[in-house]
Amino acid sequence: MSRRTRPAAFAALCLALAGGSTAYVLQERADTQERISSPPSVPVATSPAAAEGPVLVFRHTGVDQEYGVVATVPLADPSGPRSFTGVVCDRVDATATTRSCLRTGRGVVTSYDALVLDADWEETGSAPLPGLPSRTRLSPDGSLVATTAFVSGHSYLTRGFSTATEVRRVGGASYGNLEEFALEIDGEPAAPRDRNVWGVTFADDDRIFYATVGTRGRTYLVRGDLVERTLETVADDVECPSLSPDGTRIAFKQADGRGSGRRWTPAVLDLATGERTVLSGEERNVDDQLAWLDDDTVLYGVPRPDEPGVSDVWSLDTDPDAEPELLVEQAWSPGVVR
Amino acid sequence: MYLSLRERPDAPSVPDATRRRPVGRTVVLLGCVSLLTDVSSESVAAILPLYLSVVVGLSPAAYGVVEGLYQGVSALVRLGAGWVSDRTGRPKWVAASGYGVSAVSRVLLPLVSGLGAVSAVVTADRVGKGIRTSPRDAMIAADADPEHLGRAFGVHRALDAVGAFLGPVLAFVVLWLVPGGYRSVMVLSIAFAVAGLALLVLFVPAGAGAVPVPAGPAPPRVRWRDLRSPELLRVSVVAGALGLLTVGDGFVYLVLLESGGFAAHWFPVLYVGTSAAYLLLALPVGRLADRCGRARVLVVGHLALAAAYAGATLLATRSVAVGTVATVLLLGLFYAATDGVLAAVAGQAVPVRARASGIALAQTVVAVARLLSAVGFGVLWLVVGPTVALLGVAAGLVLLVPAALRLLAPASR
Repeated sequence: MSRRTRPAAFAALCLALAGGSTAYVLQERADTQERISSPPSVPVATSPAAAEGPVLVFRHTGVDQEYGVVATVPLADPSGPRSFTGVVCDRVDATATTRSCLRTGRGVVTSYDALVLDADWEETGSAPLPGLPSRTRLSPDGSLVATTAFVSGHSYLTRGFSTATEVRRVGGASYGNLEEFALEIDGEPAAPRDRNVWGVTFADDDRIFYATVGTRGRTYLVRGDLVERTLETVADDVECPSLSPDGTRIAFKQADGRGSGRRWTPAVLDLATGERTVLSGEERNVDDQLAWLDDDTVLYGVPRPDEPGVSDVWSLDTDPDAEPELLVEQAWSPGVVR
Repeated sequence: MYLSLRERPDAPSVPDATRRRPVGRTVVLLGCVSLLTDVSSESVAAILPLYLSVVVGLSPAAYGVVEGLYQGVSALVRLGAGWVSDRTGRPKWVAASGYGVSAVSRVLLPLVSGLGAVSAVVTADRVGKGIRTSPRDAMIAADADPEHLGRAFGVHRALDAVGAFLGPVLAFVVLWLVPGGYRSVMVLSIAFAVAGLALLVLFVPAGAGAVPVPAGPAPPRVRWRDLRSPELLRVSVVAGALGLLTVGDGFVYLVLLESGGFAAHWFPVLYVGTSAAYLLLALPVGRLADRCGRARVLVVGHLALAAAYAGATLLATRSVAVGTVATVLLLGLFYAATDGVLAAVAGQAVPVRARASGIALAQTVVAVARLLSAVGFGVLWLVVGPTVALLGVAAGLVLLVPAALRLLAPASR
């Protein structure tokens, strides 16, 4: 190419790039606006939700005008019409009296908030989160709330991640970051530097909880005590625990390896016997904190591989041979209000 | 060894016209290439965590697992690329292949969804960055008049920082126009990457930074011996030792957060503020380095870092606003005094034919030292607490700087 044709070639290329990418942006904008102004493709309840009776609470993930809005369905008819609450959350959990909602706020700076709402979905309190929302759980009576966020501090050199998990009393004080609780690994006090805590689940006594501690490349199930401010390891290789309603079993996700190809499979641990059942009927990668539908069934969200942003909630019996079943389509972050 | 640079009238690659102009056309071109590339990479970096978790459905925890690998790969690739660049005498094409690898990774990103595939694509981007850095810096060193090396690197790094500043802004504007428009950001990012690559390929002369090969049967080629220059050893040891006391920005912001007590979501603003300060200071500090001695500025720049640590602790507890602004400005000053200046000093410390390798070696030593420092500081943080730890490191810097000056400054200009 001669000296003279180069600027022309570069200008032509830049024009093509600018034109092509602008066209793409405008097209995606038009598509998005069409989709976000369309009504949901799933049945919607015409009358307001009945306040009575057990319901399943979840984030609606259909790409439509209700995208990201929390909805409920009666437990008796989970595939039936859903009622929208008008509250947008990334992660949600609910009890009969309290709701916890983790939310990403778009602005000049992206902000992340943990909201607490009452039974009518009215906000009663909020606290800033230090990063991307990950998990939230309420204690069975709705008096304690746990939040986990990803904290990504990137510098010129390193891009690491860590989690920040906090337990607060609803309408009251915080117990602080759980990383500051005294940790015992296999009965020995330990203070590793690279310590992360995530995925809290509460017992029903306002004091004991379970969570995951990750340190030195390993993960542990820990039993935490809010009064003593301690974390004691109970088992290895347990992530995102979820205590069954009868308090006897922990559902969790089990990693089947390390490194970049890591996948997670749902599993159940019997707290009394230590017996662990891997629910290998589920062959997909399940990266979620499981929720208990009843004492024998767990729930979790699975993203659709071909539709970005859309996920479904599946149920799985804790029998080792059980196969997963689609429970609520276009849903994420299930929580059961009994 | 720097003398070899001053004795370069016999190097015919620099025409007289360039010599009289303070900053050569190639430096500005390379700066613009970096600007476009940084818009491309930083716009995607700004949305990547959200995209991966919201759209692809990967948790950042899974994503973080492979992070450690990148650093090692990137360092090895950087050394290898510097070596190949010197060995072949074609820094332009080595750099172009690095920009090309990153551009290809941008094209692949919207198409992949699994954790393994995403990691591979992100790794490819880092590998591309590792490949291009040292040949590009060697081209800058070759193009610039040795008297104004600091200024040339200052211009390049300022343009580079403009790109790093505009990238997240672009991503924000696009996401504001197109809610959930991650793919739009990626498509724009591809366009910027391709434009940057085209600018390099079409306009940067193929001879830029290439060592003229004298006619004869056996041209002198780079050898490992060239890298054993006592000067490069001194530069690497001093920069490495100072690197061991360079705590990652993330830690400094965390300390600010603790002593200042403001909300965590202002974190990104601190990064942007530091980039802005770096952008504004890169050129003036580069000029200063030319006037007062580049090695001296490189070493003394670490006092700005020590001051930033003091700002984040002592000052921020008295006045959050003053402490924060001071810390961000001082961190920007530190980068302005060290990043481009290190490449300039290292490039001068070896024979011309080993320049890319020399720059790559010094940069790798610093990168590894800072990684070690991050680990060590984490331990210190836990043992004595953030404030004492940071002040301790600041004290270490203040003690080390005079020794470093004695070792480095008299030996170079």
